[in-house]
Amino acid sequence: MNLHQFLTPIQDICRRPGPFDRIVLTSRVRLARNLKDTPFPGRASKQQREDHLQAIQPVVEALPPMKKGFSSDLVSLEDLDRQLLVERHLISRELAKKKQGAAFVLSKDETCSIMINEEDHLRMQVILPGLQIKEAWKAVNKLDTLLEDKLPIAFSGRYGFLTACPTNTGTGIRVSAMLHLPGLVIAEHMQQTITAVNKLGLAVRGLYGEGTEALGNVFQISNQMTLGETENDIIERLNKVVVQIIENEENARAKLLESNPEMLFNNIGRAYGILTNAHVISSKEAKNLLSLLRLGLDLGYFPDMDPEVVDELFIVTEPGHIQFKEAKKMSPEERDIMRATQLRDRLEGMAKPQMSTASDEDPPSEDPEGSEEEEGPSEC
Amino acid sequence: MICNVCQKNEATVHLTQMLEGEIKKMDMCESCAQQQGVDEPGMPLVDLLVGLGPSSSEGESQSKSSVKVLSCEVCGHSLADFKKAGRLGCSHCYQVFEDQMDPMLRSMHKGIKHTGKAPKNFKDDRALRDQLAKLEKDLHQAVEEERYEDAAVLRDSIKQLTASPELSDEPSVRP
Repeated sequence: MNLHQFLTPIQDICRRPGPFDRIVLTSRVRLARNLKDTPFPGRASKQQREDHLQAIQPVVEALPPMKKGFSSDLVSLEDLDRQLLVERHLISRELAKKKQGAAFVLSKDETCSIMINEEDHLRMQVILPGLQIKEAWKAVNKLDTLLEDKLPIAFSGRYGFLTACPTNTGTGIRVSAMLHLPGLVIAEHMQQTITAVNKLGLAVRGLYGEGTEALGNVFQISNQMTLGETENDIIERLNKVVVQIIENEENARAKLLESNPEMLFNNIGRAYGILTNAHVISSKEAKNLLSLLRLGLDLGYFPDMDPEVVDELFIVTEPGHIQFKEAKKMSPEERDIMRATQLRDRLEGMAKPQMSTASDEDPPSEDPEGSEEEEGPSEC
Repeated sequence: MICNVCQKNEATVHLTQMLEGEIKKMDMCESCAQQQGVDEPGMPLVDLLVGLGPSSSEGESQSKSSVKVLSCEVCGHSLADFKKAGRLGCSHCYQVFEDQMDPMLRSMHKGIKHTGKAPKNFKDDRALRDQLAKLEKDLHQAVEEERYEDAAVLRDSIKQLTASPELSDEPSVRP
């Protein structure tokens, strides 16, 4: 089976529900592990990397949670496939750049992904929809425990799990949540939020992690410290911070609706106008406008629309996905045209946003679990 | 202001960085700054600040000579490699560069002692150590209270435990 046959259609992935998924897109926990007393991938020779891969890959493939999964080395992947996997957060950008001696294994449902010979010999991650940090930890912890019986893992009583970069040593854990925060961005509270989160030893990054821009008002919050506290301490703290940010985002939205509804309606209305009528659109512009559309959906202004469509468009308008659909390499200019076409097609027949000022009618419920059945203000 | 590195020349290059919410400052003269690669674009500032340790004043010559000598016997990673890349070469490097590890880890993390998950075989080992520590304490007490028969039994148990091959200082790291 090739990768394309294996991957779940993106619309099905977007349909998987999770707690608080209006604001928390995904939760992810990854563990870094290494074989002991043999060079880490960055130090290893080509032959050593091959040897490590031969030792690790079959063991990983045989783990019960990875059964019927997909396993491939990086050499046999096309550039476009690599990009596709990065856009789905199934492999890291760093792994995507590797060729000889690197591989990855995906579980059947694509929630577990194990990278071999990235910066460390093993990087295992579990990614789940919505706020499910604890569940993701449970699943990745299970994988790790299964693996420790089968491979000689580098561990020291003093420093814990030993990793190539000292910033990962100890628990080797990176816990992160991907949050959609248009309210805080529009209300200009984001800088303040970032500063506060940083003070707690957590990092705020863009859509693809370290060094990336926060496109489409999507921010990734993750721990930085991995040594000197337990996995549970780290998870609890991150979870608490995320719950607080959800509340702040809800409050920011409510406040915007109260104090400046016209501005909000204007933003959402323009986003709708451009997305449904553009003929050339960049990935960046598309993301930022789709974010506003998603906000409009959350607020109930698009009662007839399937809420997963926006999440789906968020991914399928990425450069790799566009080229994957067209099954060919395209120039950025060609992609911008194709992206606009896909957006118009997918959003065709979508009704205009039904918005009214707060004085006319109360905004729909701010319950974070609010479902799409909620009726928006009907008369307009 | 005197250069933090050579402690001789006037400092003209001033570095300030936020690290874990703490402000770290370094003042250097131009030649030391150049040697440390401060003028190189994309220089990893964190590594520089961390690599030199907190307000390091050990003297440059000493650290320079050790840069050449110290390297890992398992993977060949040298201290210079470590400082340059900010990465270890293999798990054994953690023992080889022990002196550098603690100050570096302290600046990055909440603590420098692992308190999280441990592999099962290591946990068994930890339990064994705990048991041993308790027996030794009991033995000490038995001797003090002149209960020599008990002491003999305890001594035998300790002998038996320490003879077991699993017990070593760093069970999972040692080759």
